[in-house]
Amino acid sequence: MKEFSNRYIYTFSIIMVVAVALLLSLAATILQPMQLRNLEIEKKKSMLESIHVIATKADAEDLYDKYITESYVINSKGEKQEGIDAFDVNLRAEQKKPAEEQYLPVFKAFPDDGEKVIILPVEGKGLWGPIWGYVALRSDMNTIYGVTFDHKGETPGLGAEINTTPFESMFNDKTIFQDGKFVSVGVLKGGAPDSDPHNVDAISGGTITSKGLEAMLSDCLVKYNEYLSTNKN
Amino acid sequence: MSNTEKEPLFSPKNIKLLTAPLGRNNPITVQVLGICSALAVTVKLKPALVMALSVTIVTAVSNLVIALMRRSIPERIRIIVQLVVIATMVILVDQFLKAFAFDVSKQLSVFVGLIITNCIIMGRLEAFAMANKPWPSFLDGLGNGAGYGIILVIVAFFRELFGSGTFMGYPVMQKLGIYSVGYENNGMMILPPMALIVVGLIIWFQRSRDHALIEKK
Repeated sequence: MKEFSNRYIYTFSIIMVVAVALLLSLAATILQPMQLRNLEIEKKKSMLESIHVIATKADAEDLYDKYITESYVINSKGEKQEGIDAFDVNLRAEQKKPAEEQYLPVFKAFPDDGEKVIILPVEGKGLWGPIWGYVALRSDMNTIYGVTFDHKGETPGLGAEINTTPFESMFNDKTIFQDGKFVSVGVLKGGAPDSDPHNVDAISGGTITSKGLEAMLSDCLVKYNEYLSTNKN
Repeated sequence: MSNTEKEPLFSPKNIKLLTAPLGRNNPITVQVLGICSALAVTVKLKPALVMALSVTIVTAVSNLVIALMRRSIPERIRIIVQLVVIATMVILVDQFLKAFAFDVSKQLSVFVGLIITNCIIMGRLEAFAMANKPWPSFLDGLGNGAGYGIILVIVAFFRELFGSGTFMGYPVMQKLGIYSVGYENNGMMILPPMALIVVGLIIWFQRSRDHALIEKK
């Protein structure tokens, strides 16, 4: 192995780093439109899942247009806000704002069984990173029609179980109000009986994710309190 | 390899670079490298296949790039240079997966990034590509990637079949109708320890077939 001068080593590293940086930013820029589109389709798929419509990558957009026909943004007092598309609201960014300035998206869906459903997005923290999901409420604004959750990097087999059907289906028909007061849905260690209207069974080995999910539901849904109370029928 | 006579592209020596890691010099079962990702991505067959393919591409191309640059890489910063090459390749693979195979990229999530730390790749760069010509290095990379991949796929096949009762997502066990006679999926297969046990069984099987692998006392 021959000896290299310090000047050579510095030049070598600088050229290498610049070349790599160029290559990577080029790839990122070229591929970004496709990646963003994938995310958009993914979001539509999750929302459809919360009203029990299973979509594939190919038909997600058509099904979304068919079932989720209306969307708008409200504030914490339940007043409609103009000039912003509900689909484009970034919940993570909203949560950093003061409560009264936050945009709260509402999606209206009409599944095949004739129910009028509203879909509310939720977002929170799991063990390793963000978790998020969609909660669909029946027209009484109290009973859960369906939920879907997803996560960035929870532990497979443990926390990652939150996006599986057995876990999500436990939420069906639970209620988030008790005698007109908001109570959310809790995730109980040791299990909750089917008759318990406000609790579901937590995931064994996924305690922190379960707790994060519980906090996510109550923190996000309580902001809709005004809206839900005034719009129920 | 300094003979004046040009060596054919697929000389026996080069072929051996490609095939040895599949058997007698397998990175997982013989060198016991890259075990960590073998545990993580083998619950289902599909992510295992993608992981195998990604690692093979990354190993082969990084080997090639390092072999091309081997005379100009200053020895004092060679490990950093190797890491930069691997990391670049991995990020490219990750970006492509996100754009063209989003579902798979979601399943692999953090593990794609962890290819960077896969010891097999660094090991091949340091042990082989730094001292060999580009073409043999490329073959060596392909061979080692494939040797790693084949074990991943075998492990994933058994874990998915016995753990979830499916093959590539197709419900085999249900179609066979053996649930009605009392068969149940083994939840243990889905948990990481079973990956180690399956790898152990493969090592046992390989050693019982190939006695040259057994160390002399």
